[in-house]
Amino acid sequence: MSPVAERHDTYVADADLFARGRGLAAPAWVRDRRAGAVARFAAAGFPTTRLEDWRFTNMAPIAASAFTLAEGAPRHAAQLVAGVTVPGAVRLAIVNGQFAAGLSDLSALPKGIRIASLRDGARDATDGLETHLARVFDVETHPFAALNTAFLDDGVAVLVTAGAVVETPIHIVVVTGGDGTPMVAHPRTLVVAGANSQVRIAQTFVGSPGEVYFNNAVIEVVVHEGAVVEFYTDQREADTAFHVANIQAHVEANAVFASHAFSTGGRIMRHDIGVGLKGEGADCTMNGVYLADGDRLMDTHTSLDHAMPHCTSHEVYKGILAGRARAVFNGRIIVRLDAQKTDAKQTNRALLLSDDATINSNPQLEIFADDVKCTHGAAVGQLDEDAMFYLQARGLTRTEARDMLLHAFAGEVLQGLAIPALREQIEATLFDALDRDVREL
Amino acid sequence: MLDVKDLKVRVEDKEILRGINLSVKAGEVHAIMGPNGSGKSTFARALAGHPGYEVTGGQATYKGQDLLEMDPDERARDGVFMAFQYPVEIPGVNNAYFLKAALNAKRKHLGLEELDAMDFMALVKEKSKVLDVDEKMLQRSVNEGFSGGEKKRNEIFHMAVLEPTLAVLDETDSGLDIDALRIVSEGVNAMRSPDRAFIVVTHYQRLLNYIVPDFVHVLSDGLIVRSGGRELALELEEKGYVWLETAPAGARK
Repeated sequence: MSPVAERHDTYVADADLFARGRGLAAPAWVRDRRAGAVARFAAAGFPTTRLEDWRFTNMAPIAASAFTLAEGAPRHAAQLVAGVTVPGAVRLAIVNGQFAAGLSDLSALPKGIRIASLRDGARDATDGLETHLARVFDVETHPFAALNTAFLDDGVAVLVTAGAVVETPIHIVVVTGGDGTPMVAHPRTLVVAGANSQVRIAQTFVGSPGEVYFNNAVIEVVVHEGAVVEFYTDQREADTAFHVANIQAHVEANAVFASHAFSTGGRIMRHDIGVGLKGEGADCTMNGVYLADGDRLMDTHTSLDHAMPHCTSHEVYKGILAGRARAVFNGRIIVRLDAQKTDAKQTNRALLLSDDATINSNPQLEIFADDVKCTHGAAVGQLDEDAMFYLQARGLTRTEARDMLLHAFAGEVLQGLAIPALREQIEATLFDALDRDVREL
Repeated sequence: MLDVKDLKVRVEDKEILRGINLSVKAGEVHAIMGPNGSGKSTFARALAGHPGYEVTGGQATYKGQDLLEMDPDERARDGVFMAFQYPVEIPGVNNAYFLKAALNAKRKHLGLEELDAMDFMALVKEKSKVLDVDEKMLQRSVNEGFSGGEKKRNEIFHMAVLEPTLAVLDETDSGLDIDALRIVSEGVNAMRSPDRAFIVVTHYQRLLNYIVPDFVHVLSDGLIVRSGGRELALELEEKGYVWLETAPAGARK
């Protein structure tokens, strides 16, 4: 048996230990879902590059590492949380997969919204978690989400009452890290927006700098009829970290879901963002900016499932690649037989700032209906040297000129970020990263 | 202010300028004329420091410094301005935002306090009147979707705000109708001063009816073949550039 397969057996054994120990207190339905996920993961194992969805992203470094299941909190957890605080927001901290009440701040919690740790929420049948938890995605097609579910235990649930318009942003801070030993956490978030409700949720991923850890997150979002959910992801994990996240949403009739993902951290990142448009007139925005420098690998797989007629989707991804970084962008759009009058637009653009950076960009359109509008565009280029000279000839240094052009490039997506404090943090991080690794330009 | 000696410039593998000599003093306006392909624009771009234009020989001294050793942005901050023949469209970069950054880069270099948004807008309002630049042009992306005339007006507007010491206008008149030409020229004339010099590169004499030069130089095949006063431009208009090829090389200034 290969060493990789042995590791995968280790995870299965760990899940078994977990189920008989810490995980024992969970209700029967949680234990059942875990058991199903363990069985699935045991059968399939870690994905290899032989699988189409993983062709350019070799997860062997994760599979081959001996990550132990995280316990407790990293030493600098409070400091890490303080560094990404969004003033005025409700803050929910998840530390090594566990809801951390001590680092959370619910003082601004408005009416119409309920927050529960998943552990408590799962026990309380009135919260209705059983209906949605581990039901928004399919464990068959998402091996890492299956692995997360195998350890299903805690995290946060954000439940918005029907008709409630929540102005206060909800900020989920996911902190991962240990005290030196490589560890894995499986943080989990469930968002259920009741009919005609509105909510804005941000999720920031941070970790202990310099530490090797594996963060394997799952976010499930249910957007009921007529509701509006804006979901922001700020992935700023430690440079030494492995970051895998599955964001899966179900969007009902006339509801709106917007995902904006900003990624600057991690050594290997894999995002699977999938949205099912399950009711007529649903609308989805799926935007992102990723900046990969150094030796990073950043893989974004998006999937938009147009299952019903008269739905619209807009997707814009922008990548900035420097150093020897590699990126993968795969944008899948499925338009099912019944989904007439679908209007789907996808754009992926990447700027390569060095000769050694590479990207594999792949639009994947599967259209079964005949009366639809579906467009996609992909472009990979370099900084426009004519524009660089123009800006320099007016007095800007090469660095200033470059930042201005990159800002303009990412601007279209950054503008969509409706929480000013979060946008400032993300912009600052983008340019810090550039300063660090693109200086030679 | 500017002393150019035996300047040779190559573009890709072709030597375009074969030894330019030119001396420009503060307060002067020099016109550089010549047929297509004579090297006029190459000269302008080499002065601005365009990376595609390789200096293979000669010197250029600007305010006592070796101009050719300076990066394009250093030249700009130190008062060299080139109005582009083809201003570049930059989607996503707001025109006013960019101009403020450029002005403050220069002010910082001069040891002046940077202007805040309020002071900058006041300055912009004052400068925009002369050039018929409206608010909309300022709030759009740099040159994006601008008409040919708007692009050239925007260049001169940038110049008015940045107040250069040495302004190089690269075929600013091309593509302008007579009204736009008048507006642009008024903008330039308003900036003429004893401390400032202009190098006006143009194919046509027409512009020089509006911006009256002190000296006219005629470029042909990478060399200045004639220098004179304003009357040289009129002579060119009458006889065309063909006349140059038959006449012997004249005295240089």
